[in-house]
Amino acid sequence: MANTKSLRMTLWTVVALCAAIFAYAYFVGGAKNLVGADFGAPFKLSATTGGEVDSTSLKGAPYGMFFGFTHCPEVCPTTLNDMSVAMKELGEPAKNFRLFFITVDPDRDTQEVMRDYISNFDPRIVGLIPTDNELQKVAHDFHIYYKKVATSDGGYTMDHTATLFLFGADGKLKSTLGYDEDKAEQLTKLKKLLAG
Amino acid sequence: MNIITKTIAATSLASAMLMSTANAQDVKLGSITIHHPWIKQPVPGAVAAAYATIENTGKDDDTLLKVAVEGVAIAQIHDMKMQGDVMKMDELKDGLAIPAGKTVELKPKSFHIMLINATTTFKPGQEVKGTFTFAKAGAVDISFEVESGRPEMGGMKMNGMKMN
Repeated sequence: MANTKSLRMTLWTVVALCAAIFAYAYFVGGAKNLVGADFGAPFKLSATTGGEVDSTSLKGAPYGMFFGFTHCPEVCPTTLNDMSVAMKELGEPAKNFRLFFITVDPDRDTQEVMRDYISNFDPRIVGLIPTDNELQKVAHDFHIYYKKVATSDGGYTMDHTATLFLFGADGKLKSTLGYDEDKAEQLTKLKKLLAG
Repeated sequence: MNIITKTIAATSLASAMLMSTANAQDVKLGSITIHHPWIKQPVPGAVAAAYATIENTGKDDDTLLKVAVEGVAIAQIHDMKMQGDVMKMDELKDGLAIPAGKTVELKPKSFHIMLINATTTFKPGQEVKGTFTFAKAGAVDISFEVESGRPEMGGMKMNGMKMN
């Protein structure tokens, strides 16, 4: 009797543990689970380099995508700065790497605002400015959350997904860089991506 | 395990920072002490953020109600946090609670003062005057120092580096 009971307890513990591990992998792992799967969809968006960037023309060299806005005090400038530093550090293999910074705030981030902002970073970083409708679609396709949050001065700030997506030369999602992730770990992922 | 290691590292760095920053810029007002007020040098034209560590050694809770910074049209107290992959920002319209006997850190990836429409460019080493207003302790003048840091390392780690 006691044995059955303890066996049952053990089994339930195992079930609970599995559920916990699954929940952890699901929530904490987040976007990482999307790696390997078909992720995103083709897009054609107005670019700070002039004209449009057509995602179907990007194959041939690895690239990154990061969503943010220029009125962002921390996550966006830090990420773009980190990436500028990383690209320099990576040297020759990163020569053809491009990082697309897509604004989730096209109301304020006009072509001119974006061009000024982007000029502070590595020239391999290109700003993309979607229209409201284009933003809805691209955010949906790339699983991006964004939301305006009103501030007391009548203005607003934006909540947004801070994950940087890394695509291989074949246009498939290879890995993601999280904002809280260790810098050395991020550099390892970038090296792996550039090595093909 | 990794998270625990990171937390320990962050905590020890934070306490190292507290010790290392007991400098002339510390300001005391009643039971409130403001350590190390600083502004992170922003990307030119972008929004800047100010930080400080606020210690309440008193028996009563206090609240940081508002902040004014010279050359800045609007200074708002914000809370930034990561919820999974999403960066969330909230304005603390009722102020930031500074509980009795506690120390509250305004630092990157956490509470910060967002500086909107600055008419000054923040250059490293520059002193920027400002005022913190508390519900109980009242108003106190402070002086922020602009720090460039190495943005890729984050403000807190940078402070740890300085001691080496």
